[in-house]
Amino acid sequence: MTPALRRRVFLVAGAVAGGLLLWGLTGLPDYGVYPGPYGDVLNAVAVDERKATNVVAAVTFDYRGVDTMGEEYILFAAVIGVAIVLRAQRGETEQEPDEDAADRRAPGTSNAVRVLGLALLGPVVLFGIYMVAHGHLSPGGGFQGGVVLATGALLVYLSGEYVTLRRVRPVALIDLAEGSGAAGYVAVGLLGLAAGAAFLENVLPLGQPGALLSSGMIPLINLAVGLEVAAGFVLLLSEFLEQTLVVRRPGEVT
Amino acid sequence: MIYLPYAVAAWLFLVGLYGIVTSRNLVHAVTCLSVVQSSTYILLLAVGFERGGTAPIFLDVPVGTKAVDPVVGALTLTDIVVGATVSALLLALAVQIFKHHGTLDPERFRSRED
Repeated sequence: MTPALRRRVFLVAGAVAGGLLLWGLTGLPDYGVYPGPYGDVLNAVAVDERKATNVVAAVTFDYRGVDTMGEEYILFAAVIGVAIVLRAQRGETEQEPDEDAADRRAPGTSNAVRVLGLALLGPVVLFGIYMVAHGHLSPGGGFQGGVVLATGALLVYLSGEYVTLRRVRPVALIDLAEGSGAAGYVAVGLLGLAAGAAFLENVLPLGQPGALLSSGMIPLINLAVGLEVAAGFVLLLSEFLEQTLVVRRPGEVT
Repeated sequence: MIYLPYAVAAWLFLVGLYGIVTSRNLVHAVTCLSVVQSSTYILLLAVGFERGGTAPIFLDVPVGTKAVDPVVGALTLTDIVVGATVSALLLALAVQIFKHHGTLDPERFRSRED
């Protein structure tokens, strides 16, 4: 099929699909008028039932806790998938581009990037930990905080030489964090079973709303998710950086 | 009656699909898929929005304050995380396709096989 023909076929199909979509959307409730009831019920009871002031976190990690466990494993599977797809292929060699190599592809880092990257590193890591730890209280949580923490690793890569960092990065530690983050969610769930309740049912003291140590198992799950997401994204980043900077294809000038 | 947010969601969905269909670069196609996916964020959040409602977080405001639906917020969170990882997986495939075909243009690597 030529591109022009494909475009024409899509325009016809897209016009039909767009018409149907708009027709269907007019049947939705008026924008800004929430028909309920689930959101209103949760907003009314969640703080009292779970002592979590962030109702989104209560929904994600408690009321819909099992779904979120599946979601965490989608993330886990995707990270494993990237690592498998980008593993060393036949004929490929890994070579660290040396400072004086003719084809050195890693461009030098400017001092401005180095200074800014190092200056931001501390605040970014602190902010990531804060987001993970306060997920049940204020906006944030394991997923958001984990990504912010992984950004810290990206800042290190940006402000240093990746090839130098590659020799010192704790691969085993990152793998361990990735695995224990994924397993931690299930372990917290099994805590409920061990205490004679249902899987992922809260068995810890709930505390007072607004306190850091409150909301039962939600902070623990946030911690596991934060670890998993941070380690997963660091692995993703380093896999792609390896492809650009270290992996050489057969026949490539080294 | 206001339908604008719904219409924006529909537009993003269709314009992203158009980008995928006519794409001449796989990285561009993956980006278009994220555009398609962002239409679902807007649709979900628009459905749960309540005029005058605050975020469903009762740390500074008392329980009982009018707030938007927390369920769609949680669903959108799931949506974003899955979207990011799917993009990473597709981009990894694009890297390998480039290695095997020497191009990211779907038209060109298909014609080489014929």
